Amino acid sequence: MSVLTGSFNAGDHSVTDAARRRRFGPIYSRNVRAVVARGLMATKSSNWMVMVSGFFEPVLYLISMGVGLGAIVGSVQGPGGQEISYAAYIAPALLAVSAMNGAVYDSTWNVFFKMNFAKLYQGMLYTSLGPLDVAMGEIFLALLRGAMYATGFTAVMGVMGLITTPWAILMIPASVLIAFGFASFGMGITSFMKTFQQMDWINFVMLPMFLFSATFYPLSVYPQSIQWFIQAMPLWHGVELLRQISVGVFTPATAVHVGYYLIMIALGVLLTTSRLRKLFLK
Amino acid sequence: MRVSELASKESRVTNHSDATPQYVITAENLTKRYGDVTAVDSISFRVPAGEAFGLLGPNGAGKSTTMKMIGGVSQRTSGSLHIMGLDPEQHGPEVRAHLGVVPQQDNLDEELKVRDNLLVYGRYFGLPMSYLKPKADELLEFAQLTDKAKSKVDALSGGMKRRLTIARSLINEPRILLLDEPTTGLDPQARHILWDRLFRLKEQGVTLILTTHYMDEAEQLCDRLIVVDKGKIMAEGSPASLIREYSTREVLELRFGSERNASIGAELEGIGERLETLPDRVLIYAHDGEAALEQVTARGLRPVTSLVRRSSLEDVFLRLTGRSLVD
Repeated sequence: MSVLTGSFNAGDHSVTDAARRRRFGPIYSRNVRAVVARGLMATKSSNWMVMVSGFFEPVLYLISMGVGLGAIVGSVQGPGGQEISYAAYIAPALLAVSAMNGAVYDSTWNVFFKMNFAKLYQGMLYTSLGPLDVAMGEIFLALLRGAMYATGFTAVMGVMGLITTPWAILMIPASVLIAFGFASFGMGITSFMKTFQQMDWINFVMLPMFLFSATFYPLSVYPQSIQWFIQAMPLWHGVELLRQISVGVFTPATAVHVGYYLIMIALGVLLTTSRLRKLFLK
Repeated sequence: MRVSELASKESRVTNHSDATPQYVITAENLTKRYGDVTAVDSISFRVPAGEAFGLLGPNGAGKSTTMKMIGGVSQRTSGSLHIMGLDPEQHGPEVRAHLGVVPQQDNLDEELKVRDNLLVYGRYFGLPMSYLKPKADELLEFAQLTDKAKSKVDALSGGMKRRLTIARSLINEPRILLLDEPTTGLDPQARHILWDRLFRLKEQGVTLILTTHYMDEAEQLCDRLIVVDKGKIMAEGSPASLIREYSTREVLELRFGSERNASIGAELEGIGERLETLPDRVLIYAHDGEAALEQVTARGLRPVTSLVRRSSLEDVFLRLTGRSLVD
């Protein structure tokens, strides 16, 4: 049996090489791709149904609210002041919501389960992987999934005749930006969670954000103080950003929205990284 | 050529510290506290390359915590620890490149098939597919799981999962294998297969670090062991030397019926080297068990049953860690 003889030294040698290449502290080993490869393989063999359902959720909203409700509402005023159909008005908002939901699900519930029940990370961390490899790999997978959903949803918008400008293609990278913001923060927040009851608080924050972030009607319906509050929330910036892109209207506010997410990503990555030792290395 | 490569690696690795090179693990005053609880209380030990080293102790003795610190996934409170000359807290990924870990609970990737578990795990070490594919097949054969290669992990029996976990821990050809209660929950057949596999690895020069509370397992596998209780080392040595030191050559077990066991102690005074009265039986520790039994009958005592047996590690363990339940 050759496990007992021949290849032993050769294998040992390659292990040494691998170890020599990465001396980047105790939490990172530059091997994010192994975590990503694992995620893709797992998706292929078991999770693809979950993926498909995630794609249909915003599409169903768009059909019921946009087409159904839109028949009563008629046309509304878009970001540039032009008249657009109600479906075209809410479609980018739904895309932003779906980017948020997907990223939050992947970085909170999914991470919580893999950490506490499947013990997946426990096994990973007994290898050369550091916690930062694992975190970045999981965030990358969440973004990849988000990019696929965004592409699909944008295609549906195109088919429904809701796209009037080539700028709309930029909704896809913008969705990934939004997802990145939520995913990096979600993972940091999950590190504080101990029980399922605590995990429910996440939904408690997400549902009102979905309903009130100018998703289905303009912000101007609220009194000024509530407007300020909503403008401080991340989803509103995502909704406005995608809505502007969808009609190709760019203002200084566009830069503010993008900047909001860049700062959110930076803070989220900082939070997650600083929590990784607590999260994984007790 | 390969030998020289290994030799140069050895010197490179050990240059990092003053730890003596022939020891793959050196722990000094290693301590771990969780809040007020001291799980590991200033223990020191060294493990030379190629040894099978056992950590024995009741539940909560600090065995698993020690294992976690060796793997660099738990941070020590104080003391020093070097694995192949490196501090696992500073060089976690690098230390773990040389470790194989079999945790107490199987944590196989249930979303992947059996063979993919091995391949993906190897990727975590940054190993190339060209190496991993033949290696995975080899390990499946080693673990007697070749015909299960395409099965789901769910479909495996407890013993198969355990063997797969061990196969997985070998994917990087580790120099040190950490086994945390490797045979808990397995039937006798599965245990013996595992022991055989571990023995072969030891023959290859792999250092085995093993926790167990099966004394027969420790006697079978360990060259040397420490008995740990409440975070402290109670005794250290080979199984045979521990038996010599903490027990007698033989043990005479007598049963007088549960009512009389307690009161008979005084009448047995002076026979053998040590006497222990348990609710169901009386144990006399003696060099010669048969001779002790003759003395018992010579005093006119008639036990319901009597049994002379060799002293085992279990006697040592119970003497050192006590008979009361640990919760």
